[in-house]
Order: sequence, then structure tokens, then C-alpha cells
Amino acid sequence: MKKCSNCACGVKIDGTPSMEELQSSPGYPSEARIRKGPVAIIECVEAIPCNPCEPACPQGAITVGSDITALPVLDEEKCTGCGVCVAACPGLAIYVKDFTFEEERATILFPFEYLPLPVKGQIVEMTDRFGRTVCEGEVLLVNTSKRNSNTALIKAAYDKKHFEEVVSMRRLARA
Amino acid sequence: MVRTEIAVIGAGPAGLSAAIECARAGAKVTLIDENAKPGGQLFKQIHKFFGSREHRAGIRGIRIGEQLLKEAQELNIDVWLNAEVCGIYRNSELWVVLNHTESRLVKADAIIIATGATENAVSFDGWSLPGVMGAGAAQTMINLHRVLPGDRILMIGSGNVGVIVSYQLLQAGADVAAIVEAAPRLGGYGVHTAKVRRAGVPFYTSHTVLEARGTDHVESAVIVELNDSWQPVSGTEKEFTVDTICIAAGLTPLTELAAGAGCQTCFIPTLGGHVPMHDEKMRTSIDTIFVAGDIAGVEEASTAMEEGRLAGIHAAAALGYYKPSEEQRLSAEVWQRLGVLRSGPFGQKRLDAKKDILNARRTISEKVQ
Amino acid sequence: MKRIIEHPVLGRLEEAREVHIRVDGETIPAREGEMIAAALLANGKSVFRYTNKRHEARGIYCGIGRCTDCVMIVNGVPNVRTCVTPVEEGMVIETQQGIGHWGQEGEDGTD
Repeated sequence: MKKCSNCACGVKIDGTPSMEELQSSPGYPSEARIRKGPVAIIECVEAIPCNPCEPACPQGAITVGSDITALPVLDEEKCTGCGVCVAACPGLAIYVKDFTFEEERATILFPFEYLPLPVKGQIVEMTDRFGRTVCEGEVLLVNTSKRNSNTALIKAAYDKKHFEEVVSMRRLARA
Repeated sequence: MVRTEIAVIGAGPAGLSAAIECARAGAKVTLIDENAKPGGQLFKQIHKFFGSREHRAGIRGIRIGEQLLKEAQELNIDVWLNAEVCGIYRNSELWVVLNHTESRLVKADAIIIATGATENAVSFDGWSLPGVMGAGAAQTMINLHRVLPGDRILMIGSGNVGVIVSYQLLQAGADVAAIVEAAPRLGGYGVHTAKVRRAGVPFYTSHTVLEARGTDHVESAVIVELNDSWQPVSGTEKEFTVDTICIAAGLTPLTELAAGAGCQTCFIPTLGGHVPMHDEKMRTSIDTIFVAGDIAGVEEASTAMEEGRLAGIHAAAALGYYKPSEEQRLSAEVWQRLGVLRSGPFGQKRLDAKKDILNARRTISEKVQ
Repeated sequence: MKRIIEHPVLGRLEEAREVHIRVDGETIPAREGEMIAAALLANGKSVFRYTNKRHEARGIYCGIGRCTDCVMIVNGVPNVRTCVTPVEEGMVIETQQGIGHWGQEGEDGTD
């Protein structure tokens, strides 16, 4: 039995979903929608009983339905990329990306539950699904609202050449 | 001899939920726990729970624990801490030792055993070295005692406990060198594994730990690949510099009190091993003894709370605190919520295994008739 | 630093009264009410005893009072589970050798 070293063998081998698993899930928006502006990207590919994303969305853009093991379905047209779902997901499986932020840069709003938190303006390392540094990012905002019960939300701008790969940032060294 | 109506053994999520239901029904309940603080493993679960709103989804285990404690306090439930139940006699008496010094006999009309489960051990060369510990031990140290047991950890086991504790170790400021899984596929939920993978923690499927090296403490660990017959493949050894090895190899129900009391058990591997047989009312083969939570089969905190409610409702009803119609109505609501938690590919296995327990219990009833 | 002072979910570690315990003759600080094992780990000590026959080091294993790997001699009493026993001011704790000994610091004459 081979160990796959990140050639995308899927969530039960790598631990993180493959592009195929993601793109075939109903929470992953189309390429066309992604390029239009801020949109939620839901990386939820396994049927477990879970649905807090559904009531969280103020636009009603996420549907799970009465069988709560169903994968969340994202209505691309309704989704405004507001980001409320990002902190609502107990699995930290949702982020919001904006391809249109600037000519060279896109943004990602992602959940982060580590210390220390970065500060606005800080340059950090943006990482992919395997935790590898892809490029640097500029922290635009850090939201620590109590409403999100200790799930901080960080928005960072990064080179859109790496648009798809980036999903988080490297943990900062503790004092 | 202390007299109570319902004695609940174990103040974890199942026991607390059971005691709350009993008290709500109006029964006199005594909640007994061997620890200095109630809550069982719940206060170590600092992550947000799944499910739906009725299952308290999106709320961290610790907050749910606080809510349960508040409810228990508001209902004036008699809680005995530092109290070890040493045995159950004549289906209704408990011998309790408090603070290691005081012996008390308790007579109850019904007993709910909610003693949870214990971590399994995996042995390998050097496993007795300081630094090798259960994943639960590490979780207890970081989330309860606020102390890091080590700086660099190797996690053995990729089930939910292994991946969740790995994530929590990262949150506590430690590094996790790798997560090792003997099976060819990872066991935990994809959202949990994705979180740690995203933090750079590699998974090694079809690998097992071979050796812990060090003099008086773990200094490194060696893992090895397994072939299709689960045998180590020579030449595939990999060494990691770590000071801690956590073992997350599953849990086994703590059935001593139930078995000692004479409750019949059945062997259900999916749910951790020997489990006291119980019916839909969480009643064991002994009429006065109920079970709830991991002792009745290792699942999750959310199912433990629901089973606790079930045992509480039915124990209270058995003592006359609910009319049959009310008992049925309340029970159906819980069963509905349990059904949801036991749905989907992960839940189905547990659902089927719980059905096996119910069937086993039904078989002995039929034999008696 | 082994103590987790700031935690992303649990917040800042609450202040606690400092107590002092004697471990193998050395006085070390501890937080009032914490488990002995936690205080020792916080102070960088992870070897709690040595086994009887092969003198092998042992520390914590289950961490919740079930396995007895973590036992030490506490105030002259051997085989005390340090992971479920809280510290007290002036407590005397010794690394247990084998089955240990009764009495403080070998006062009963045995090793």
C-alpha cells in the first residue's frame, strides 16, 4: 500500500479533499461564479449529520435540507460572499474568496483558531491544503467578534496567480 | 444507608443528562462521580460540535458542559464528587467510598450507570517510556490542566480522537510531527483531517509505530509501512524526532460495575467491545439498572447526552413519575434526535451495531418467557 | 514554557495562588489545587518513578487515574496517583523506586 505524497489521493488518504472531490461537491462554486466576485467556497465532501451553515446564511444561499447528512448546496447567485457562514461551520470547512479584489491580488476570508493572531497589515505566509507555503499574504482584517466563539476570521490579500491553492496561513511562532 | 430514588453513576455528558431528566420528572436523584469535578470528558472537548440546532451544533463541548452543569444546579441535583462506586449489590444498593476515607451504602429504586469508556493501549518496543501516553491523557493535560505534556508529538491513530487531539495540541502550542494510521484509509471525519492537514501535519496511512527510542524519555519514534496482510515491510522504517507519542487506538466501555452487578453483556466490536445489553429504554438485563453513554457503546458526546436523557426518562417513568403516554412522547423525541446523529455513512455502522445490542437484549427476554 | 498561558479557545489562564511542593528535595512552585502530575510536567519533570525489577522510567499514561503509571511517594505514602491528587502547600513528593517505601525520606529504614 503506497503512501501518496500529495498527488491528490483524496480525503481518506491525504486527509484533505482532492480537486475532484471538491469540484463534484455541491458547495464548491463554478469557475465562472468565482471569477465574478466574493463567494463562499464550502469544502464539505463527507455526509455527516451537520447543518449550522444553512440557518447561518442571511441570504439563504446554503441548503442542507431535512436529511442533515446531505452535503450543503451553495446557490451561487444568492451568495454575496458576506462570510457569515465561515465562522458558523463547526468543521472550519468554509472560506470566502474574492478574485476581483485587485488586478494582481485576490482575497481570502478564512477561519483561524490559533495564537498568536496576526495584526492588520502584517505579511504572513499563505498555505495550501497540505500546509505548504505558497506565497505571502497581507492581512487586511482580523475579526475576533465574540459572536464567533473564538473562531477568528482573517482576511488576507495575496497574488492571484495562486488563487485556487491558498486556503489558509501558516501559524505564527509563539512568543 | 442513604436512601435515594435514582442513583446515577458518572457525571459525564450521559450521566448529567440523565440526572437532569430524572430531576425534571420530579424524582429524587443522586449523581455520583469519582472525579473532583463533574463533566467527564466533555470539558476537554474545546471544538464545536456537529449535528443540528437541537443537538447544540456549532457550540463547543465546554460550553455545552457549562449549560448542563447550570441546569443540574438549578434543579438542585445532589452531586457527590470524589465518590467512587465500588460495587452494586442486590440490584439496588451501591457501596460508595468518598474522599478515599468514608464508606457509604446507598439504596436506590433505579440505577443509571454512565461510566463511559477507557482508552485502548497499543504496545510496541519502548512504549513504557515517559512521553508515551493516551491521546486522552494529552487532551486532559492541555485542555483541563493547561500544561503541555511535550513539544513535538507523534499521533498514533487517525480516528476522530486522534485528529481532534492533534488539532488541539497545535492550538496548545505544540507541533505534531505526523499522524499514523494502520489502515489504508483515514478514520476521522474529513473536516477534522483537513484541518490538521492544512496545518501541515502529514498522514501516514498503512503505517504503524514500531518503536519508541530514548533513555528515560521518548527521544524519537520509528514507524513502518504495513503490507496488505498488515505485516511490517522491512526497509520502510521512518524515524521522527519527537518527545511524545500519543495513542488514539479506540475506546472500550467501562463495564465493570454493570457486569459485576450481573448485567448480561454482548460483544460488539464496532462499539468498543463488551457492552451491557440494553433495550429501547436503555434498561439492562436487570430491571432496575439502566445504562447510557459510552458504556452502552462508544459513540460521541452528542449521542451520550441523548442516551442519558433516554435513561433518565425511562428510569423516572419506571418509578411512576411519568404516565406511559408521556413517557412514550418524550422518548420518541429523543429517539428521533438519536436517529439523526446515527445517520450517514459514519453513523449507519453505529446504528446497525446499536440494533445488534437491542436484538441481543430482546433475545434474552424471549428466553425468560 | 510548559504552561499554556494564552489559549485561542480557553483564553488566558486564570491567576491561582502559588503553593510550594518539595520534589526529591527541591522546592518547586505549583498552582493551588492543580494535580501533582500537572505541576511536575509544568516544571519539566516527566519521570515519576522507576520500576521494581528493571528500573525503567515511568511517567503519565492515562492521565485520569486509571492506569497507575504515574504513582509517586507523597507525604510518605507510596503508590499515590499523581494525576488525580491535588498539590498542597508543603507537600513532599519523591520519585518512587520500585514499590516505594513508607515514611518520609526513608525514615522507616528501608530504601
